[in-house]
Amino acid sequence: MQSVKIVDERRKFSLRRASAVSGILHSRRAQVGFGIITIFGVLALAAPIVAPFSPYMFPAPGRPYSPPGATFLLGTDNLGEDVLSEVIYGGRVSIMVGLIVAFLSTGFGTLVGIISGYYMKTIDEVLMRATDIVLILPPLPLMIILAAYLGPSIQTVILVLTVTAWPSVARVVRSQTLSLRERPFVDSARVAGASDFRIIGRVLFPNLASIIAANAVLMVTAAIVGEAALDFIGLGDISVVSWGTMLYWAQSYAIFNGAWWWVIAPGVCIVLVGLAFVLISVSIENIFNPRLRSV
Amino acid sequence: MSTRIIANGTDRQHDDTVIEIKSLSVSYKTESGYVKAVDNVSFSINKGEILGLAGESACGKTTTALSIMRLLGKNAVVDGSIIFDDRDVLQMPEEELRNFRWKRVSLIPQGSMNSLDPVIPVGKQIIEAIQAHGRVSKNEAWQTAGKLLSSVSIHPSRARNYPHEFSGGMKQRAVIAMALALNPALVIADEPTTALDVVVQKQLLLELKKLQRNLGISFLFVSHDLSVIGEVADRVAVMYAGKIVEIGVKEDVLQHPSHPYTQALVNSVPKVYGNRQVLHSIPGNPPTGIWPQGCRFHPRCQYAFDLCKEKEPELEISPTGAYAACHLVSKDLTKNQTDTKQ
Amino acid sequence: MLGIRDGIQEQDSRKVLELRKLKVYFHRRERLLGRKTVIHAVDDVTLTLNQGETLSLVGESGSGKSTLARAVMKLDKPTSGTILFHNKEILKQKKRELKEFRRRVQMIFQDPYESLNPQSTVFTTIIEPRIIHGLVSGGKDERKAMASRLLTMVGLDPSTKLYRYPHELSGGERQRVAIARALSLEPELLIADEPVSMLDVSIRLGILHLLQTLKEQLKLTYLFITHDLGVARYIGTRIAVMYFGQVVEIAETEELINHPMHHYTNLLLSSIPGSEREQPLAAGADVDYSHSAAEPPSGCRFRTRCPNATKKCALVEPILIEITSGHYAACHYPLNESRPTDSISQLEG
Repeated sequence: MQSVKIVDERRKFSLRRASAVSGILHSRRAQVGFGIITIFGVLALAAPIVAPFSPYMFPAPGRPYSPPGATFLLGTDNLGEDVLSEVIYGGRVSIMVGLIVAFLSTGFGTLVGIISGYYMKTIDEVLMRATDIVLILPPLPLMIILAAYLGPSIQTVILVLTVTAWPSVARVVRSQTLSLRERPFVDSARVAGASDFRIIGRVLFPNLASIIAANAVLMVTAAIVGEAALDFIGLGDISVVSWGTMLYWAQSYAIFNGAWWWVIAPGVCIVLVGLAFVLISVSIENIFNPRLRSV
Repeated sequence: MSTRIIANGTDRQHDDTVIEIKSLSVSYKTESGYVKAVDNVSFSINKGEILGLAGESACGKTTTALSIMRLLGKNAVVDGSIIFDDRDVLQMPEEELRNFRWKRVSLIPQGSMNSLDPVIPVGKQIIEAIQAHGRVSKNEAWQTAGKLLSSVSIHPSRARNYPHEFSGGMKQRAVIAMALALNPALVIADEPTTALDVVVQKQLLLELKKLQRNLGISFLFVSHDLSVIGEVADRVAVMYAGKIVEIGVKEDVLQHPSHPYTQALVNSVPKVYGNRQVLHSIPGNPPTGIWPQGCRFHPRCQYAFDLCKEKEPELEISPTGAYAACHLVSKDLTKNQTDTKQ
Repeated sequence: MLGIRDGIQEQDSRKVLELRKLKVYFHRRERLLGRKTVIHAVDDVTLTLNQGETLSLVGESGSGKSTLARAVMKLDKPTSGTILFHNKEILKQKKRELKEFRRRVQMIFQDPYESLNPQSTVFTTIIEPRIIHGLVSGGKDERKAMASRLLTMVGLDPSTKLYRYPHELSGGERQRVAIARALSLEPELLIADEPVSMLDVSIRLGILHLLQTLKEQLKLTYLFITHDLGVARYIGTRIAVMYFGQVVEIAETEELINHPMHHYTNLLLSSIPGSEREQPLAAGADVDYSHSAAEPPSGCRFRTRCPNATKKCALVEPILIEITSGHYAACHYPLNESRPTDSISQLEG
């Protein structure tokens, strides 16, 4: 009898967790954000199917600088390639770079931050000084130097963005860790015999998850914009189509040829996707909030 | 006439009533509807008297205290009347309210000793209170501040010290001095001794009684600690789940409690004096948010019987002279034996 | 001239815990001036805890009682002195010994709202210590059964509480979960640091009774820390009073309550609401004595507040000695039935 009741409780528990996840969709902001991300995500994934043309076609499908029309919904660029297709394929690159940078920088920054905050003293000093040094590194000169050595490419862009982004994550996580480690439930874990590893992984990390996730999501926006910025000044691989490289080419050619559509299309995409991640960042932390798991 | 007798819990004359709370009800608006915190509470405080308001967390005592100063947030819905100087505080316009607050009634909020501004000398903080309520010259204000500190046994020269240079008890006394700045008739103190050590606590209570004697100030002393209230109050009101369940003269309420909750509460405090006791805990938890039907204490009451589950008892005079809201009180003692079913 | 503190001779009963000349000092640097202040949180404490007893450790904030508890639990490192558990030194333990120690000695914390991991369910919280120590073989069912048993033992219904999160529980319920967690390793010594101070008055007794019942059922020994003498009396078999990092008096409960010998104990007893006694304070003494702020006075630390202090008290630090059987006090002029205090006031050492 007793065990049956507990099984029911267990099922209710899983339902509560599920409802927490769906709960984050309750805010209008989150709905809009997730909507936008879904649309762009689907487009990016299904690019070969969805895009009317390939952006790398030779010869180009249309006449250069054609304004938006029936065949080319967003017009064509200086070579006659379809801007809509470029935007769809370009989204793959831009969003992918954004996600990768966010993942790597958040991952590494969290690791540094937790260790620094938990162990304090010497380790903290060393790690924080290292972080400070990296923090000071200016992204543009770094990019130029690395591009010179490694050649301009998407990988170089990802590297530069990650390296310049992780210090801020480390600081935030460190400061949260410093305050969390003083709380009695951490003492309680120690008293129970938990190893440092276990305390960091199973006690501190879950309580840091919400702030880490919220920051990670904002990091995606920053990375997308950052990638666009680096491409825009020609430091990225300009032979690959991304929203940033589109703007790079457009800045030289679009203005004098009145091809406004070529500028607006990638720009609007960057804004929309960037905005979407910002919108969901507030709700994302709710997934990790245990208070939402109650009935 | 009968309402006033019930509110006071005694048959005394009421000419020297300082404040009268009539049928006060407070609800808070939340996402899931209205939550009632205070339900039809009535009592009065006389001139120069200390009324102790006792109860555990979520019983409504702090809400009651704050509502007298109209310091509740925008999400609070307040009903009833609070009569002070023949005016209803709850109906006062802004201008009048400003004259009322701090000048006629002041408040020592919970944890206020830790809310002193750490970068401003204590004396200056007292002066700010004085100058905010009227045009007073700087000299006069400092003099008053010095006098106020003396009245709480702090040497006036300490006025230029910062809060961190004061000990816990001194900070609390400084906050009391601030509350006295404009000579109020009534001071509301919300858990003023909770964070203090027992030695300091006793001194502070003596200080309050001294102020009561010398300045004729009335106090509404809110606390969860019955023994502290027993030290300092003249009359005691016990709250449970938003209502007053017992109110009367201290000795009656604390030494011969009529209401089962008061009894249980008094009997659940391990004492240092007297013989070693075997105490009985009260089962269950104090209710939060959702109150039981009928008498709100009935699920935890050892004397509960059928009527208790259906009908809410009203405050009625008990054999000790105090007022208690309990069905047992409204019957005579012999009937109790036959009616108690468990 | 400093007095030398002796070890207390305890011949009877099995000694579970022994503290010898334990010192825990904290060094704080005054930021601007670079001056280092030393906080004598626990200063030369010698104490014994016997099997099956409940020692109530009483003191006000700053007396060092919580620091002492943390030192015993190895949460803070002592500056000097030894701690013996069953006559074995615990301060320099190897990993395995430490783990064994942690299994046998557990702690209940003061704040029920902060001592449970908000991200863990009751089930996880209770079973975690056993998982850490590798004491759960078998699968999910065995763990569930174990956790349910523990919950029932502390008076909670597993069918409704097992998968709750801390924020869904009341203060009293959380504290019960904390107790269940502490018991999951089947310890023999429990250190309770003010376990009822933050609970509602009507809930406290329930927790105290639970602790008493568990003690009898499971043959536990308790070190119970509190600032409330009433609670100390209710639950303790012996009471030790701490002042400014030192133990100033120890005796069996009723003996200490009825015949206090140290003037500080007397001051405490007289300050409790309901006491008819006046507070025996030295004229002009600081009522609001802040232990952490000041350097300890020379000689007897309580002398600045004691109405009976003499020159000797300033020069010679009193030792904790046995005045009557089982009753120890650290005072040159202890209160004693046969010696009225007013005749001692001007005696030279």
